[in-house]
Amino acid sequence: MTGTQIVPGERAIALLGGEANDANLRRYLHGIPGVDAVGLEQRAAGLGTRSIKTTSKAWALDRIIGLIDLTTLEGADTPGKVRSLVAKAVTPDAADPSCPRVAAVCVYGDMVPHAVQALGTAHGDPDQGKIAVAAVATAFPSGRSSRSIKLEDTADAVAAGADEIDMVIDRGAFLAGRYGQVYDEIVAVKEACRRADGTYAHLKVILETGELNTYDNVRRASWLGILAGGDFIKTSTGKVAPAATLPVTLLMLEVVRDWHRLSGEKVGVKPAGGIRASKDAIKYLVTVAETAGEEWLTPHLFRFGASSLLNDVLLQRQKMTTGHYSGPDYVTID
Amino acid sequence: MTRLAVPKTYKLYIGGAFPRSESGRTYEIVSAKGAFLANAAKASRKDARDAVVAARSAVGGWSGATAYNRGQVLYRIAELLEGRRAQFVAEIVDAEGVSAAVANAQVDTAIDRWVWYAGWTDKYAQVAGNANPVSGPYFNISVPEPTGVVAIIAPQDSSLLGLVSAVAPALVAGNTVVVVASEKLPLSAISLSEVLATSDVPKGVVNVLTGSPAEIAPWLASHQDVNALDLVGAGDLDWIDLQIAAADTLKRVLPPENGPDAAAPSLDRITAFVETKTVWHTKGLI
Amino acid sequence: MSFLEYAPAPESQAILNLRDSYGLFIDGEFREGHGTPFASISPATEKHIATIAHADASDVDAAVAAARRAYDRTWSRMSGADRGKCLFRIARLVQERSRELAVAESLDNGKPIKESRDVDVPLVAAWFFYYAGWADKLDHVGLGAAPAPLGVAAQVIPWNFPLLMLAWKIAPALAAGNTVVLKPAETTSLTALLFAEIVQQADLPPGVVNIITGAGETGAALVGHGDVDKVAFTGSTSVGRAIARSVAGTNKKLTLELGGKAANIVFDDAPIDQAIEGIVNGIFFNQGHVCCAGSRLLVQESIHDEVIDRLKTRLSTLRLGDPLDKNTDIGAINSAEQLQRIRELSDVGEAEGAERWTAACTIPENGFWYAPTIFTNVSTSHRIAREEIFGPVLSVLTFRTPTEAIAKANNTPYGLSAGIWTDKGSRILAVADKLRAGVVWANTFNRFDPSSPFGGYKESGYGREGGRHGIAAYLKTAAPTVALPSATARKTVSKGATK
Repeated sequence: MTGTQIVPGERAIALLGGEANDANLRRYLHGIPGVDAVGLEQRAAGLGTRSIKTTSKAWALDRIIGLIDLTTLEGADTPGKVRSLVAKAVTPDAADPSCPRVAAVCVYGDMVPHAVQALGTAHGDPDQGKIAVAAVATAFPSGRSSRSIKLEDTADAVAAGADEIDMVIDRGAFLAGRYGQVYDEIVAVKEACRRADGTYAHLKVILETGELNTYDNVRRASWLGILAGGDFIKTSTGKVAPAATLPVTLLMLEVVRDWHRLSGEKVGVKPAGGIRASKDAIKYLVTVAETAGEEWLTPHLFRFGASSLLNDVLLQRQKMTTGHYSGPDYVTID
Repeated sequence: MTRLAVPKTYKLYIGGAFPRSESGRTYEIVSAKGAFLANAAKASRKDARDAVVAARSAVGGWSGATAYNRGQVLYRIAELLEGRRAQFVAEIVDAEGVSAAVANAQVDTAIDRWVWYAGWTDKYAQVAGNANPVSGPYFNISVPEPTGVVAIIAPQDSSLLGLVSAVAPALVAGNTVVVVASEKLPLSAISLSEVLATSDVPKGVVNVLTGSPAEIAPWLASHQDVNALDLVGAGDLDWIDLQIAAADTLKRVLPPENGPDAAAPSLDRITAFVETKTVWHTKGLI
Repeated sequence: MSFLEYAPAPESQAILNLRDSYGLFIDGEFREGHGTPFASISPATEKHIATIAHADASDVDAAVAAARRAYDRTWSRMSGADRGKCLFRIARLVQERSRELAVAESLDNGKPIKESRDVDVPLVAAWFFYYAGWADKLDHVGLGAAPAPLGVAAQVIPWNFPLLMLAWKIAPALAAGNTVVLKPAETTSLTALLFAEIVQQADLPPGVVNIITGAGETGAALVGHGDVDKVAFTGSTSVGRAIARSVAGTNKKLTLELGGKAANIVFDDAPIDQAIEGIVNGIFFNQGHVCCAGSRLLVQESIHDEVIDRLKTRLSTLRLGDPLDKNTDIGAINSAEQLQRIRELSDVGEAEGAERWTAACTIPENGFWYAPTIFTNVSTSHRIAREEIFGPVLSVLTFRTPTEAIAKANNTPYGLSAGIWTDKGSRILAVADKLRAGVVWANTFNRFDPSSPFGGYKESGYGREGGRHGIAAYLKTAAPTVALPSATARKTVSKGATK
């Protein structure tokens, strides 16, 4: 799954019937039906009232773990911190060998070699029970640097062994209406994801929905990210509030569902930042299953970008196994 | 052997907390018979400034709450006040030197006043707002909205009722309040603050200062981040000067009122602190 | 396993403490009825819930007499503030017992617990809270100073929102100073009787609220009673028409909230995902047992196929089943009788040439169920486009221009509600102007609030419930020739007494 063969730019040209410039993109993106914020939020709240109990809850908790991109994105990150993160990713619950592994670890580009090394034989495709390495790139989180730096940032991480690249879009250009520029940059980054053997690292396009502000913008940016060749659209860097919210994720899932109706292609969605409780994560699973479909609940189509979520899921998991409430001393701090 | 009582320290109520005055000052509160009751905090202009900051930061949340929610919160104050009536009755008897029956009546009326105003939150706009039959293809509606931060000089000759009668109507529409309590009778104001702090009133929505209205009022009247000024209890101050100071930023001002009917319940006290917004929108079929 | 087959999540019934049988609530206490008691069953399981007393004409007499006594002796003399306090108490008691009421409602009515818990019961509390606040503010209702209550109100309510309709009726009536005799629908008496307990807990004076149970003839006896000053009815247009005839020539004031066949108009620039949700909510909320349901979908021809396609996909995620399961979207049809009517009209739709599509869902063995159904290719002349089905059945029609949409929307004897879906504000307001319907929702549907008036045009009834209009319906302007001298006289007397 880390080698999807979507040629950058192909999707857009087919759909727009012409070059992906500002004018054509604008015409297309602004022709998409609008979003009524009140209705969207009510629908999300409605999905949030689903009551997931017993066997469904047990399944959901395990699946959440298997969909987590376990993340550390701090200026203070060190190889030691990354090794510790990887250990947690491989063995989330030291007391329970039946506990599944997370989907990936997500680190800054310079930490990729350390993550790859620490993973060793556990490194690989999450759909095969292995753990992928995701790297944030393109001058994450602001994205404010020249394109050549962003491309080099990306190529560097891919060369170091990153299976997935989490890029940020140029929100400034998007808000200024320079859709062509945003598009070109995603296409170029996708190209920079290409490995020597012709396969591509998986590209997650971070929209930073907290800065896009309106739901109409989120919907347009989602389409733009998909048209430009993103394998995933991702809500946030986690560095801007609000990060992932259920309505925004619902909206992005609707776009992904519509893209599938249109093209037959399946694009992934990754809410990131702010999802800390199992209860919230379960609402996301429900939203995925009832919007895009249950088949989206696999690592190559849905991820949680999270760090503290994992331990809360482990606490809930222990509760389901033992029948009594667990406490923070019974899960490990990586 | 009689048990020694544990007296309460009376402080200010700002932003949901109970700080002492930043000035460190207190002043002595005596009963109607002249006996020492407590040392009340004597608020300074800086306490007033802090109170305005707290009130301003609470405007968004309070005015943004649904009218139904504000109504329930104000009604909750009445519920809690009912449960603590004995304390207020005792305070009023001590401070005002009235009989328990008179004090009880004051507490009754104060509780009922919260209930009366609680009922207005989701109705005043239906009475004070309207659709306007303008000529032309337009939808046109006028709706009242809260003005913002209201500074109040509470009636000076009442412990509880005067304060409630001035504060409650300002809260109905979603304004937040900085109130200077009665100088001589401030203790019930602080006890009421304890009720507010333990009801569902968000912090900063009501801020209570005790001390000298003569000292604090000019700072509130001239404060550029205060939107309205209720001088109901300012009759003994240089209130014309306060109105003149308030004119600088064109604050909405209510004049002093005297006597037992000061700040009597009325829709006017609600609408005094609202702005009316009229919205036009085109109507086009084709 | 499939995640979407969510494990059962039943709401516990342990919170319910039901009696085996319930009497009539007259003059502050429960008493036996003189008719033959009848059973209330759960429409989801057909299991017996409780035995309910049946009020005959003598019970109606007793209830009206109790209401009259309470009106004369206590309620009309009580201050508005005190009446308000009684209503505030009720509001709080409803909030406190909300889960119990929700469980009882879902058990008795068949509606999903998520709706009784998140919609019906919270609105009941809100209704009492809102009208509690009006009780001492009647001067501001808009009828001039000191408007007067009407007297004894006879209120008959339907089975689709049993407790909510009770609140719509009782809250404004009491706030205005009237006393009431209320008859719930035969199949859904339970929550009204739990409400009677709340009235006792709130310590209302006896006779202010009387609840009598029974069938149609009990209701007829009540609205026809000679000592009733006001009749308020929610239910079918045919019964409403009969009531309007029966009060002819009397001084009874009448409000009627009757049937509907609402048009839900979707323009091609609508926010499509929210419009789909609105269509679903419009017709499948409460199994379509909603008088203001958006039962006629008017969709612009250019997006018809896409809307239907998306709608079918969405309907396939609806979960039909146990009303007490927290994940149930579609509960049981309220009665075998109603189910029969839905089936009949649907069959007529098919026979008349409309195309039927039904969501694939497993129908439980016992109980009354009807899967969400859509009819496409419906013409305005089809019966399913004209008659109220009162079930989870949507008739889809198309239009090409706004003018055509308005003409089709208005082409019905009903006029209760309508929906408009478009991104264009100016079109919303212009279309809303032209629609002959009492409530128009734009980019939303089926929203209710105690501050918002609700009621119909044409054969959907008259009078409004909710808001200022809702309480005005229980008041009359002070009659100067009668009221003024006596008021002055009293004042003089009391002045004399104090001096």
